[in-house]
Amino acid sequence: MKQTEFLNVVLPFQDKLYRLAKRLLVSREEAEDATQEILLKLWSKNESMSKYKNVEAFAMTMTKNFCLDRLKSKQAGNLKLVHSNYTDGNTSLQKQLEAEDSVSWMERIMEELPEQQKMILQLRDVEQYEFDEICELMDMKPTAVRVALSRARKTVREELTKKHSYGIG
Amino acid sequence: MELGNIEKILEKYFEATATVDEERTLRAYFSQDEVAPHLEQYKPMFNYFSMAKEEKYTKPVPLKPRVNYYKWLSVAAAVVLAFGIYFGNQYQETKRLEQAKAEYAYEETKKAFDLLAENFNRGTEKVAYLNEFEEAKQKIYNNN
Repeated sequence: MKQTEFLNVVLPFQDKLYRLAKRLLVSREEAEDATQEILLKLWSKNESMSKYKNVEAFAMTMTKNFCLDRLKSKQAGNLKLVHSNYTDGNTSLQKQLEAEDSVSWMERIMEELPEQQKMILQLRDVEQYEFDEICELMDMKPTAVRVALSRARKTVREELTKKHSYGIG
Repeated sequence: MELGNIEKILEKYFEATATVDEERTLRAYFSQDEVAPHLEQYKPMFNYFSMAKEEKYTKPVPLKPRVNYYKWLSVAAAVVLAFGIYFGNQYQETKRLEQAKAEYAYEETKKAFDLLAENFNRGTEKVAYLNEFEEAKQKIYNNN
C-alpha cells in the first residue's frame, strides 16, 4: 500500500482516533502523540491491513487499548499536571462565570466519569456509533453497553441539573 | 418537532434505548436557540457533543518511505557479495602465485647450496694437500 493510499484510508477516521484519545488522556499533546503512535503502528502493518474487514474499528480498538495502557503506566502518574487545555476549579470568580460556558462544564463532568463510561459516551454521543459496533470495540455485551451508557448519561444529567439549579456550581 | 415527541425521545435517550436517528433529532432540537424552558438544562449536553465532534487531528503523520528499504538492502547485499567474490578470488590467485614463487625460490636456493657444498668439499680436499705442505715446512723450520 502506498503512502497516499494509506492516508486516504486513514483520513476519514483519524479525527475519531484523536478525539477518543483526548477523551481518555485529556491532554491535547498526549492525545496527539497517541494518535500519531497509532497511525504509525497501522502504517507499519499496512501490508496486512487489507485483511481486516474494518480498519476503522481495528484502529479504534488499538487507540482504546493504547490509551488505557498509557493511563495505567507510570508515566501517566504526572499526566494530570501536563495538560493545560482545560480550566481548573481553582480560578477566580470571573473565570468561574466564564466557565459557566457550558463547554468547560461538560468537559469537567465527562472527565469525572469512569473510563468505560467515558469511552462509551464518546463513541455513542459524539461519534454516533451503532450499538453493535460499540459492543465489538469495547468487547462488551449489548446489555452491558446499554446499562453503562444509560448510567453515564444519567450522571451527566444529574451533574447538569445540580449546576442548573444552583447556578454557579 | 412537537415537544411531546422530544420528551419521549429524551426519556428513551437516558435509558439508552434511542436509535442513532432519534439521537440526531435530539441534537438538532437542542441546537436551535429556542428550547422549552424545562429542557433548557439539557442544552449544554447536546451542544457539547456536537461541538466535540468538530475537533480535528492536525498533527502531520511522519510516514517514512519504509517500503523500499528491504529492496535496497538486497541490492546492497548482492553488491557486497559480488565484490567479495571478485576480490576474494583475486586474493586467492595472488596467494597461490606467491606460494608457487616461494617454492621455486626454495628449490633454486637448495640447488645453489648443493652446488656450493659440492664445490666446498672439493676445496677441502685440496686444502688437505696444503696442510701436508705446511707440516713439511714446520718440520724444516724446527730442524733449523
